[in-house]
Amino acid sequence: MTAASNTADALAPPAASVPSLKKRLRRAEMRKKLLYGALILPLAVFLLVAFVWPIASLLTRSIDNPEVHDNLPHTLRELKAWDGEGMPPAAVFTAFAAELESAKGSPAIAEIAKRLNREETGYRSLIMKTARKLPLPADTDVPSALTEIDARWGEAETWRAIRRSGGATTPFYLLAAIDRSIDTHGNIVTAPPEEAVYVNVLMRTFWMSLIVTGLCLVLGFPVAYLMAKLATKQSNMLMFFVLLPFWTSVLVRVAAWIILLQNEGLINKVLMAIGLTDGPLQLLFNRVGVYVAMVHILLPFMVLPLYSVMKGISPVYVRAAVSLGCPPFKSFWKVYFPQTLPGIGAGALLVFIMCMGYYITPALLGSPQEQMVSYFIAFYTNQTINWGMAAALSAVLLGATLVLYMVYARYLGPTRVKLVKPR
Amino acid sequence: MKMKLSRTLIQSAVAAAALTLAGTALADVTVISFGGANQKAQDKAFYGPFAASKGGSVTPGEYNGEQAKIKAMVEAGNVTWDVVEVESPELLRGCEEGLYEKLDYSKIGAKSEFLPKTVSDCGVGIFVWSTALAYNADKLKTAPTSWADFWDVKKFPGKRGLRKGAKYTLEFALLADGVKPADVYKVLGTKEGVERAFKKLDQIKGDIQWWEAGAQPPQLLASGDVVMSSVYNGRIAAAQKEGKNLKIVWNGSIYDVDSWAIPKGSPKRDEAYRFIKFASQPENQRVFSAEIPYGPTNAKAVSGMDPKIAAELPTAPENLKGAFATDTEFWVEHGEDLEQRFNAWAAR
Amino acid sequence: MLQPYASPLERAWHYGLRGLVGIVLVFLILPILVIVPLSFNADTFLMYPMAGFSMRWYEEIFTSGQWQLAMMNSLIVSPLSTLLAMVLGTLAAIGLVRTDFPGKALLTAVLISPMVVPVVIVGVAVYIFFAPLGLTGSYTGLVIAHAVLGVPFVVTTVTATLQGFDFNLVRAASSLGANPVVAFFKVTLPLVAPGIISGGLFAFATSFDEVVVTLFLASPEQTTLPRQMFSGIRENISPAIAAVATILILLSTLMLVTLEGLRRRNERIRGKRA
Repeated sequence: MTAASNTADALAPPAASVPSLKKRLRRAEMRKKLLYGALILPLAVFLLVAFVWPIASLLTRSIDNPEVHDNLPHTLRELKAWDGEGMPPAAVFTAFAAELESAKGSPAIAEIAKRLNREETGYRSLIMKTARKLPLPADTDVPSALTEIDARWGEAETWRAIRRSGGATTPFYLLAAIDRSIDTHGNIVTAPPEEAVYVNVLMRTFWMSLIVTGLCLVLGFPVAYLMAKLATKQSNMLMFFVLLPFWTSVLVRVAAWIILLQNEGLINKVLMAIGLTDGPLQLLFNRVGVYVAMVHILLPFMVLPLYSVMKGISPVYVRAAVSLGCPPFKSFWKVYFPQTLPGIGAGALLVFIMCMGYYITPALLGSPQEQMVSYFIAFYTNQTINWGMAAALSAVLLGATLVLYMVYARYLGPTRVKLVKPR
Repeated sequence: MKMKLSRTLIQSAVAAAALTLAGTALADVTVISFGGANQKAQDKAFYGPFAASKGGSVTPGEYNGEQAKIKAMVEAGNVTWDVVEVESPELLRGCEEGLYEKLDYSKIGAKSEFLPKTVSDCGVGIFVWSTALAYNADKLKTAPTSWADFWDVKKFPGKRGLRKGAKYTLEFALLADGVKPADVYKVLGTKEGVERAFKKLDQIKGDIQWWEAGAQPPQLLASGDVVMSSVYNGRIAAAQKEGKNLKIVWNGSIYDVDSWAIPKGSPKRDEAYRFIKFASQPENQRVFSAEIPYGPTNAKAVSGMDPKIAAELPTAPENLKGAFATDTEFWVEHGEDLEQRFNAWAAR
Repeated sequence: MLQPYASPLERAWHYGLRGLVGIVLVFLILPILVIVPLSFNADTFLMYPMAGFSMRWYEEIFTSGQWQLAMMNSLIVSPLSTLLAMVLGTLAAIGLVRTDFPGKALLTAVLISPMVVPVVIVGVAVYIFFAPLGLTGSYTGLVIAHAVLGVPFVVTTVTATLQGFDFNLVRAASSLGANPVVAFFKVTLPLVAPGIISGGLFAFATSFDEVVVTLFLASPEQTTLPRQMFSGIRENISPAIAAVATILILLSTLMLVTLEGLRRRNERIRGKRA
């Protein structure tokens, strides 16, 4: 209930005396609510256009399959009549030659070639080579002419591949994102081991997030605890130490960790000077470096919610427990700790969610074995321009994130994200 | 189609308005290249003099060869990159896919002025460069001489650097496995060949430090993070100038031509042509080669070269022994497949 | 704090806790302190020991065209996106606090979700979506995308501030003849200003530190400071990076102090926080 409607009820005179006034008041209240509701509209529209829509349209790309479907419609229609065994009818060849010819020299030809190459390496050059020889002279027998250009046009498998790739939508990318594929008979099969990597990467993303979250909790809990116990002046001092890195650019911190962790970096020099190691330890471009930097970046996100919860815990309970004869550590564990659980939940979920989407830190401080799902999304977007694959991996990552976010919003309240308040 | 047309109309109207507003001021050309020492050399040889010649100013940018942005720009009809440095497989693929303008050589110079195979429909060669083996002579007592040595972890202990990608990694693996340079792409074209290359890479997987940008390997070598690395030859020369004792092994190196290309639909096509023409002049190419030892593509630039500089180029006869050219067609065909496979392998 | 009659165990706990927290705080602050002196290194290496004192790297970043462009771009994009986020976010927060309707919780969750959706997904989605609209490689596109990322911070801080705000004050203003707009500017705004400003600071910091979306969206002309730092770190890590970092650290300290001031002011105005 908003404060406003409460006051409205309080201000309204007894209902029996002037009912029309109450009605009028209600209407005015209603109008005001609509007016205030309208204030949300600009942001809602803005986010819809610049955020929700782009993401939704990205996700549809994970099942989109327009390359062959849109560019070879006649061929596909003719192929429908074919039983998949032996040679397709001549009409298929004619339609195909005509459509390929019209696609020649436009981006469409590249799309077809690229899509078919995913079915079988080598089809790209087959398409390009065939297109170069088109148009065929008039009155030629199209099937034999095409087969003469390349013998593969005489194989049923080539045409089956075209038909396979011709659907308007495809589960191909989504399945590939979980290391599955469809074989020639239409069964879902596990991808060959040399290509299967995403389940592994997904597990790694979870695992690394879990480790970072755990480390943040172990390191953050004592800091928040001490801050909550100390007098304001001292705790403000500590708070500064937590907030300064929080406000410092992530890239600055990544650069700082490179300086500290590199082979000739400060940490290695100190370790060698005090004789702990003979040669430099490899601290960078492996998991150590990534963990250290990620914990450094995310620790404040753990400390702040923990602190705000601990600040609200009255010391009275622990004192009561102690005075009743419970040993200090037991009373801490049995009485104090359970009260910090909401803070632990909020901090841990927040850190975990942020971890899962990390890209910059592993990219700059890790080796390929440290890359998480985000890296592969960027790889497919930029490197091989396989947006279907990027979209499918996005769908998987987004799904995992949203589930956790829903838990967070449901139990801890989206507006209660304590990190955004300095205290 | 109609939408595209109207968009083009609007764009040209806007461009015309901008031109009138700008009066006689020359437009900026955005030139994208592979960054680092290469970009610095281009700045000295091309961008600076181009601006000084009142040709127009250059906004430099860098990338690592990925074509996604160019594709997105061209498809959207909103091209903001005017001239791009492209490696040859990407050039060929981009040309076929309609990402790059088919060049009008009357605006650049006769094709015959250039070395053969350095000019094509969509690209004008900038320089010949090479990916070679390099090592830090201060850290290694015996000099490695081949990719087989690179794989020999016992004789040369320590980390090694390789480019994070299939291209220029799989070839070296096969060379190390005893495949002759002339057969590398033939072998790599077969399933067994690919298998063989990855098996060979498996042997040293734990010893590899991957790099992505050309500026990284010299730094890794200089700091002792790696004992040897695959490198772009020009970057090593830049490090040598700074007093680092880095050496190149030319045996088993792979050379390629980088080209200027104009993304299709660049609103500053004329300026782009003017820039390419300017950068292709022999005297400017010579300045470039003196800055960074990449071989010029303009035949006249080759002839007037300081012999000391010429000896360091990938195109010097001495350096071509045991070297071979990138098979552009091969990478156009197998690139996507092998890069994805490689990426999956590396992440495991 | 420690009572003189504390048992040895309690003493160990007392000092152990402080020792542990001390280590964590050193871990938090040391990397930031380490980078500052290196920005004055006379040598070209980002390494200790330093070769000598010099201002050459500051000179470099203030004279090199690329760093200047990057600084200028950051100073264009971040304030604009912050402004956009502040206006949209504040209005929405007021609306959210003053109304109640089915699905409000869901809507709130959606409005705040840019904060949790992995930024690579936002980058790729916006990039693919903006490209056909001609918004990639443009300031407009970058400002919009950064505002999207900054908006949740404004919404949450302003909502939090408003929850302690007495709307009877607005009523009073209206009853005294102020129209809603006047009432907003004369009454609501000054009182929730600290919330808006701190939300704005968060939005600013988000944009000013944003690199992933920028990687996808920006052309070289729109290169921002973090984008330039990203390529610097990846390609050629020199003390120039440390010089930029030092400036950024100064800036973050400044923001932190401002925020602290705002918080105190807010507490003073409200008396005691709920």
